[in-house]
Amino acid sequence: MCTYETQRVELSGSGKGPSGWFPLSAATVYFDHPVHAPTEHTLNIDFLNPGLGPGSRVAVELDPGSACALAEAILAMVGKQE
Amino acid sequence: MSYDLKAETISISGHGGDRIEAYLAQPLGAGPYGGVVVIHHLPGYDEGMKEKARRFAAAGYIACLPNLYSREAPGADPDDAAAAARAQGGVPDERLVGDVDGAAKHIKSLSTANGKVATIGYCSGGRQSFLAACSLKLDAAVDCYGAFVVGTPPEGMGLRATPLVHMVKDLSCPLLGLFGADDQHPSPAEVAELEMALSEAGKTYEFHTYPGASHAFFEVSRPSYRHDAATDGWEKIFAFFSQYLS
Repeated sequence: MCTYETQRVELSGSGKGPSGWFPLSAATVYFDHPVHAPTEHTLNIDFLNPGLGPGSRVAVELDPGSACALAEAILAMVGKQE
Repeated sequence: MSYDLKAETISISGHGGDRIEAYLAQPLGAGPYGGVVVIHHLPGYDEGMKEKARRFAAAGYIACLPNLYSREAPGADPDDAAAAARAQGGVPDERLVGDVDGAAKHIKSLSTANGKVATIGYCSGGRQSFLAACSLKLDAAVDCYGAFVVGTPPEGMGLRATPLVHMVKDLSCPLLGLFGADDQHPSPAEVAELEMALSEAGKTYEFHTYPGASHAFFEVSRPSYRHDAATDGWEKIFAFFSQYLS
C-alpha cells in the first residue's frame, strides 16, 4: 500500500551524498514502497537539504524490525551522553 | 497487433503555462490514434511509468506521461524528485488538473490524433485520474488503486490528498477501476463506497477487484507485482480503451 503518511523533522547535522558532505536541514520519515529494498514496504528516511536541491539527499529504506532496532540504538546512545 | 513506435522526452505547457517535462510515446503510423495521459505514481516519473507509456504506444495509442515533479526537481533522479515532492506535501490538485489538461491538449494537437483522450493513473495517480475526469472533458478514465477518492486521510498524513467523492456528479466520462482485494489504501470498503456513489449518480463505470493482489500489482519491478491481476488488468484496460477511444 501507499500509506501517504509522512512525518517531517527539522534537524541540523551533516550527511554525505553523491557529491560529498552537505549540511542537513530536514528529514522525512514514511512507511511505503521502497525504490530498492527487496520487500513490499519499508520504513524510509530521507535526510534532506531542500535549499541545495533534490539531489542533496541521503536515503535509507529499512525493514520495520531494523528500523525499530536502529531507533532504540539511537535513543540508547544519545541517552548515555545526557 | 503491435505497432512500431517512437518515444522521446518533450516539453509541454502545463498548469499556468509552465513548461514541464513529459515523455511522449506514439505509434509511427499515420493514425488516427486515441490518446492516453498516463499519470505517474507517488514514486514518480520513473522507468516503470515510461514502460507503460511505451506499451500504450505499441498498442496503438498516443501516450503522454507528464513529469508532475518537474517544478520541484527539474532533471533530478526520479527517486530524488519523488522525495522532494513528498517533503513539500505532494502535488496540489489544481496544478495536477492543469498539467493533465496540458498533456491532453498536446496529444490532440498531433496530426495523428483522433481527438479522443483518456487518463490512466496508478497509486496517487489513480486518485488524480478520477480528479482529472471530474474536472476536464475526457473520453475515458482509469483509476488503478487510487487512495483517498473516498475515505478521510489519517491525521498528520503530510500530503495534500483530500477525498474527491463529492465530485462524482461532475465525472465527464466512463470510469474503469482496478483494485487489489488486499489493499488498505484504498480498502475494499472504500472501493465499494465509490462504486455506490457512481451508481447513485448514474455514471458509467466498471470495477474489478483482484483476490490475492494488494497495492501496485502492475509494478513488474516491485514485490507487489501480481501476474494474474496485472495480466487481466491490462486486458481490461485495452478493452475499455478500444470501446471509448476509437
